[in-house]
Amino acid sequence: MYRYDEFDQQIVNERVAQFRGQVARRLSGELTEDEFKPLRLMNGVYLQLHAYMLRIAIPYGTLSSRQLRMLAHLGRKYDRGYGHFTTRQNLQFNWPALKDMPDLLAELATVEMHAIQTSGNCIRNVTSDQYAGAAKNEIEDPRIVSEIIRQWSTFHPEFSFLPRKFKIAVSGTPDDRAAIRVHDIGIQIVQDAKGNIGYEVYVGGGLGRTPMIGKKLTDFVPKEDLLAYLEAVMRVYNMYGRRDNMYKSRIKILVHEIGAEEMKRQVDAEFAELKKAGTLHLPLEEVARIEAYFRPPAFEDLPNESTELNKAVLADPDFANWVKSNIAEHKVPGYAIVNISLKPIGGVPGDCTSDQMDAVADIAEKYSFDELRVTHEQNLTLAHVRKKDLHAVYEALKKHDLATANINLITDQIACPGLDYCALANARSIPIAQRISERFADIARQHEIGELKINNSGCINACGHHHVGHIGILGVDKKGVEYYQVTLGGAADEKTAIGEIVGPAFTEGEIVDAIEKIVNTYLGIRTEGERFIDTYRRVGIEPFKENLYAAH
Amino acid sequence: MQLIKNGSFIEDQFVTVGDDEALPEGAAIVSLERWQAERETLRARNAPVGVRLKSGQEPSVIAQDLDKLAVVALEFPAYRNGRAYSYARLLRERYGFKGEVRAVGNVLRDQFQFMIRCGFDALEVADNITPEIFAECAGFFTAFYQPAADGKPTVLSLRQRLAARAQAAG
Repeated sequence: MYRYDEFDQQIVNERVAQFRGQVARRLSGELTEDEFKPLRLMNGVYLQLHAYMLRIAIPYGTLSSRQLRMLAHLGRKYDRGYGHFTTRQNLQFNWPALKDMPDLLAELATVEMHAIQTSGNCIRNVTSDQYAGAAKNEIEDPRIVSEIIRQWSTFHPEFSFLPRKFKIAVSGTPDDRAAIRVHDIGIQIVQDAKGNIGYEVYVGGGLGRTPMIGKKLTDFVPKEDLLAYLEAVMRVYNMYGRRDNMYKSRIKILVHEIGAEEMKRQVDAEFAELKKAGTLHLPLEEVARIEAYFRPPAFEDLPNESTELNKAVLADPDFANWVKSNIAEHKVPGYAIVNISLKPIGGVPGDCTSDQMDAVADIAEKYSFDELRVTHEQNLTLAHVRKKDLHAVYEALKKHDLATANINLITDQIACPGLDYCALANARSIPIAQRISERFADIARQHEIGELKINNSGCINACGHHHVGHIGILGVDKKGVEYYQVTLGGAADEKTAIGEIVGPAFTEGEIVDAIEKIVNTYLGIRTEGERFIDTYRRVGIEPFKENLYAAH
Repeated sequence: MQLIKNGSFIEDQFVTVGDDEALPEGAAIVSLERWQAERETLRARNAPVGVRLKSGQEPSVIAQDLDKLAVVALEFPAYRNGRAYSYARLLRERYGFKGEVRAVGNVLRDQFQFMIRCGFDALEVADNITPEIFAECAGFFTAFYQPAADGKPTVLSLRQRLAARAQAAG
């Protein structure tokens, strides 16, 4: 993992001191809430329905056990004993008091963490693949370039007041777990014919009111030019992005309005100028310095098959289910990737108690080289576990209600905070996710249905990524009544697609039955081994529509 | 309004004149529209002239005239509108402008340091800003990741210096 040097620490410490002054000015009444707003928003502090919320950055989703224990401690001391992992690999505390936030951030800084740029119209926390360093077909560990971008984007003097927020995601494998095509900038690490590593860059993806898939602006940016390229994109956006209407201010609208070709022309022109100036040229020694922090841990030489694992699978059917859904293949023989579901049946997606955080920290320390990952699907990942330890890890997780065997299954849903917390929401989304989870609680049935991603958003801003759910659910308000609109066929991977609206929206009372009808339609028409999304791509929306609305 | 230039609170030598006002004898700042309409007269003038650019009027439109301009004032119509940060860097880094780059409009204390980093050497600020507040806000951070128009050493260059020193020490 990356460790701060004296400069990184200094910048974070100075930020804590600065924010302490700003909070003092607010508490003394020197600043009105309106004047305080731009300042708190630069530091992840939102005013929600009931209280201030603090969003803590987890850069590219990587945490050490020590850092996770600190989050557990902060949850106990300043919140109500839990935190909420978000779709951008961050952690939110819903109940801290404003007066405590400077102290909270000072404690956080002692474990090399911060809340910098987790909100506001700036470059947000960079997200990446939770399987970084463990995935089989990885071209390069995406955390290296993510950390380089984190540093370059932190307090960037030119890009701290952009037209709108700006999100960057990086994928190091051809199969995309970081949803790079629905980000403002998506970076795909690639290798050219000569073996040089560089970056394919997508621009203008995003969800929200106007979902768009990112356009590829370039096939290959050499390593040492990446920051110059990113600065070129940012400058074009900062100068020409719309500022007259906040719903038309994201870079996707600029790309859409001027066209990908023109965007590319402008970015290329700016890139050429920046390259000429040379100040952003990235020395390969600096890349190597950062790369050294992400070297593979000391893997043991192990046989790929584990007799301990095979025996336990046969002896314990629940464990067998968990292995089937929650374990992914590791690049090193004898190791596995463990996904920890934060979606217990009937639970709140992404919520994690302080006790659970401590437990996961202990397990990571003992079994996975002292580090873990947060996923954009609101789960946790232990990247490097010996296969022979899987049963012990499972037992340890089970004690803390963390062994739900549903990764990528129908109850592994994404949900935004919705009307239970959020001031923007039109409808509740957590309770809908909970009812669906309860309806499909039977684990055998879930495995029978197979991979199926349901994403829930409580309003059109799409924090629950409903557009890219295989089944998307969007809460809307119709004359004071909550309705739920359903989309089908979305995906956030390397075959990114925006879901199609299936028909008229459903009431809260109807929505779970509607989801079940969709699932049953799929079960009736799927071919052997065909996932929901594959069936949808084969047959289209009509069969689902017919069955859903036949009785109406 | 007060003017801070290179860290000192100073008397503003320039008068910002409206498009239908007569030009004063001394130093004046005019709008881009007026500059373009009266370019020849204004270029020939002996007293210093500045141009004020609104958000959306990018510096390339006056690139040919920079040798004749003493001031380019860049407008922040709202604190959230950060276009002028790019304009200031372009003036300094692309066009090599050596005159005054002045931030006018909605200039918040918490933004001073970003503005200075982008090449603004003059800030038109609210009357409640004291030299103490300015010093605090202009110096919140003492380490910087990005190269910008202020030429401050970046964290990267400091790292390289440390590494070189360590190597030299064997």
